[in-house]
Amino acid sequence: MTLSDYLDQFAELFATFDVLGAFWQIVRLTAVSAVVSFVLGTVLALMRISPIPSLQWVGAAYVNVLRNTPLTVIILFCNLGLWAQLGLNLASPTSQTFFEQNNFRLAVLGLSVYHAAFVCEALRSGVNTVPVGQAEAARAIGLGFLPTARLIIFPQALRGAIAPLGNTLIALTKNTTVASAIGVAEASALMKTMIEFRPDVIIAIFLTFAIGFVILVLPVGLVVTSLSRRLAVAR
Amino acid sequence: MVDRTSTAAIPATGSPVGGEPLVVLDGVNKHFGALHVLRDVDLTVHRGEVVVVIGPSGSGKSTLCRTINRLETIDTGTITIDGKPLPAEGKELARLRADVGMVFQSFNLFAHKTVLENVTLGPVKAKGMNRAQARDNGMALLERVGVANQAGKLPAQLSGGQQQRVAIARALAMNPKVMLFDEPTSALDPEMINEVLDVMVSLAGEGMTMIVVTHEMGFARRAAHRVVFMDGGQIVEQAQPETFFTAPRSDRAKDFLSKILTH
Ligand SMILES: Nc1ncnc2c1ncn2[C@@H]1O[C@H](COP(=O)(O)OP(=O)(O)OP(=O)(O)O)[C@@H](O)[C@H]1O
Ligand SMILES: [Mg+2]
Repeated sequence: MTLSDYLDQFAELFATFDVLGAFWQIVRLTAVSAVVSFVLGTVLALMRISPIPSLQWVGAAYVNVLRNTPLTVIILFCNLGLWAQLGLNLASPTSQTFFEQNNFRLAVLGLSVYHAAFVCEALRSGVNTVPVGQAEAARAIGLGFLPTARLIIFPQALRGAIAPLGNTLIALTKNTTVASAIGVAEASALMKTMIEFRPDVIIAIFLTFAIGFVILVLPVGLVVTSLSRRLAVAR
Repeated sequence: MVDRTSTAAIPATGSPVGGEPLVVLDGVNKHFGALHVLRDVDLTVHRGEVVVVIGPSGSGKSTLCRTINRLETIDTGTITIDGKPLPAEGKELARLRADVGMVFQSFNLFAHKTVLENVTLGPVKAKGMNRAQARDNGMALLERVGVANQAGKLPAQLSGGQQQRVAIARALAMNPKVMLFDEPTSALDPEMINEVLDVMVSLAGEGMTMIVVTHEMGFARRAAHRVVFMDGGQIVEQAQPETFFTAPRSDRAKDFLSKILTH
């Protein structure tokens, strides 16, 4: 087969299927889950470095449970457990697009609680790069735990945590494909459909999604590398 | 056994001493696991007094300093600052810490903040001072320690001596009642030691209450009212600097001085 044959196949696939829409769904899932998991992960990291033993324990327990549970299990639990069994609606049930919205949000919930554990550990590894004298100096001028964490520790920890945070973001981007398990029409769901209807152009289908993900993920790695270089704290 | 009568003695000479007790440690004990690092320490530092703490490595000097602003907790005994016992945790403690300035051996300037930000952070965030005033005070303090021209730089761009002077300014910005110095010059190259000691001497001259862990005998002679000698977690001996250096009473002090005087 020649290159132009492939190009014809790609053109045909893009014309028949909403490939861009499916990838757009990946971007939405990633963006929203990244924000939520960052907030949740920051709270968890604060708990783990706090001077209060019970908070430390809760933080550690959360991380160890969530990090060691397969994402598919978490996402399915959000759908079958939280929604179907316990009746947790994350969208208005009268809405025309209830299932679409509700499944999207349940997926975001599952992705966020899972990746928050990794964000927490990434931040904590960043905190470990900050010399303890920084916190002692902050406490010595009368700053309490939260101001010390917010003003002194986290700004420096973040710079040390950029690489592991970037890895978490890359993993999150790819892990959003698990959302198809609960009916979110993202890229991997479309890929299955396409394979079903066009098994004759299977290589082109695989290439479409492989290249699509590389295009999504590659810039993250590049940005991370340049950020961690530029933001390094001089000591 | 510590001689309690001599611990309470206040030097007869030395200007401002005779002020009321400012920092009082009473029967302080501290363990690190099985290690008994502070043994029944009693120490009273009066307002305006400059006390130099000296002793062999591992004798508990740093620990003593750190318990006074509660960077370390104590097991038994009490510590009071200006009549108030050190609170356990929380806001109350943070407020009291602001009364106790601390200067560390390794400077510990906030690495991601400029020199001026290092000096204004405490007043603004811990005391709620407005930024403009904190800035003016901060610049005045940087001027006083001779690094005002470095205000916009990051700590890593400064020499060790300059960093330590900024650290002193940062502590002074909180307007503390007492300043603790834990070997402030021992991480410095020799040519930078004096620029830091000079700042400390002038601070002492202005009547600041100071507790200084240092082996700089020149500083002790010039500025201290009292030398406290620690060994094995105990205060073994204390006296006026001249007396202590020329006629130490305890064998442990004699032994220690003979070692540091030979080099
Ligand atoms: N966080 C800690 N955990 C366990 N042991 C400690 C800790 N900090 C200090 N120690 C031990 O307590 C003893 C006293 O230490 P400290 O730092 O107070 O001594 P120092 O007189 O300041 O010594 P140096 O002159 O070396 O600074 C030492 O034996 C030290 O190893
Ligand atoms: Mg020490």
